[in-house]
Amino acid sequence: MYDKQVRRRRAVLALLVVVSLILLTAYFGESAGSPLHSVQRGVVTVLSPIQEGASRALKPVRDLFGWFGDTARAKKERDQLKAQRDRLLEQVVGYKVALQENAELRRTVQLDENSLQDYDKRVARVTGRPANNLLLDRLEIDAGSSAGVRVGDPVVADGGLVGHVTFVAHNTSFVTLITDPSSSVSVKVLNDVGDTGLLKPSVGDPLDLLVQLLPRRARIDQDDIVVTAGFRTSGLESLYPPNVPIGRVVKADPEELANDQQVHVAPIADLRHLNFVQVLVGPSASGGERAQVSTP
Amino acid sequence: MNRTGESYQLPLRLAALGFFTVVVQTAAVSQITVFGVSVDLSPLVVAAVGLLAGSLPGAVFGFAVGLFADVALVQTLGVTSLLYIAIGYWSGRLRELRDPAHGLAPLAVGAAATAFATIGFALMQFMLGVRAPVSWLLLRQVVVTILVGSLLALPIYALVRRVVQGSLPEDPRRRRRRAYTTGGLSPLQRPSAGR
Repeated sequence: MYDKQVRRRRAVLALLVVVSLILLTAYFGESAGSPLHSVQRGVVTVLSPIQEGASRALKPVRDLFGWFGDTARAKKERDQLKAQRDRLLEQVVGYKVALQENAELRRTVQLDENSLQDYDKRVARVTGRPANNLLLDRLEIDAGSSAGVRVGDPVVADGGLVGHVTFVAHNTSFVTLITDPSSSVSVKVLNDVGDTGLLKPSVGDPLDLLVQLLPRRARIDQDDIVVTAGFRTSGLESLYPPNVPIGRVVKADPEELANDQQVHVAPIADLRHLNFVQVLVGPSASGGERAQVSTP
Repeated sequence: MNRTGESYQLPLRLAALGFFTVVVQTAAVSQITVFGVSVDLSPLVVAAVGLLAGSLPGAVFGFAVGLFADVALVQTLGVTSLLYIAIGYWSGRLRELRDPAHGLAPLAVGAAATAFATIGFALMQFMLGVRAPVSWLLLRQVVVTILVGSLLALPIYALVRRVVQGSLPEDPRRRRRRAYTTGGLSPLQRPSAGR
């Protein structure tokens, strides 16, 4: 009797492990349009109303916890300053971009046709988030292909860049944040010359963003603003439109700049307390549907 | 209630618990940060089910919760379920082999489950190609996650026990009580086979 129980237990355990391994192998090797991904998309579509309902129902709980944290930081003052900062930042970014573009336009006759005005802004509610944000930093939002959202669409909030859409179902999407280890954004520092670099999160502390591959002798100061570069070359185009604010330089150590060619940036958007985001649904360079990005 | 009804009670309660855990985790708990990290309730719930219901229900529950989490969060299928099978199974084996009676046992098991889930998930991601070098900052985050998980282990265990109470096939406390109070000898008093 005991032997039978032991055998049964081991058989079930082995079966579960084998099924998991088969799923893992099959999913990892599949393309984005394959059966397992389709099943997953279907389940996400079915679950999204439940998750949205749960997200709304549990908002008071989140707010309660948020209240404790915000009390310490003087929530009211923060909100006022934040609003003021956003207004000023918008103005400053506008001025600096205008100055820089003016200078550029004097040198070249070609205007950059891609701007935020070409994009429709779809407001979406954040409905979910994975528990482990150390290695996968994503958000689930309640806007999907039915709202015109496509893979690769940029996402902004609080006047700053949040990330881009990497998975789309009928009425829900997943946004990979700029703090995800897989994220890298071509950026421009709004200093005197507009140095460009690559923005990546630092490992273990995703909210500390690094602008890397900067010129060793770049003149970058604290509080300089970092915006998307939005490069476009033949056959290759950045996911993000140019001049979307991302963050502010919080540490620009000349020694670190000379040795590692990087500066530290704090994001403008409060990426840990987002309730709503805006998806920039705009013209696709290729004119067609972009492929779903499979998750690692 | 008849025996058939009783035999379905535990799976039904566990199914509801698993569904509720993943939905609450993704919709609310993951969006709350404590000391800079998000709390993950799922490994704690799986470990608590293993401790209360045994290795087989623990492993099956771990597989189901892990798979559901992978599907709901659009992650690689099988990664989380593989980790949670181990958590559910080994916490269940601990109950079956040691029957830990100490009140703080769920805390230790919760800490171990959180550590296993966090480190295991990181290792799996590295193996699947997420390019992120190990740093002291990452290790610090892992340690803080384990500490926060440990703090929540006891309340989660109490909550899970409340949910599954009455539908467990064999409650360790009941078994112990029966052994000592109905004339049975404790293992210390029982004459060994060799003597």
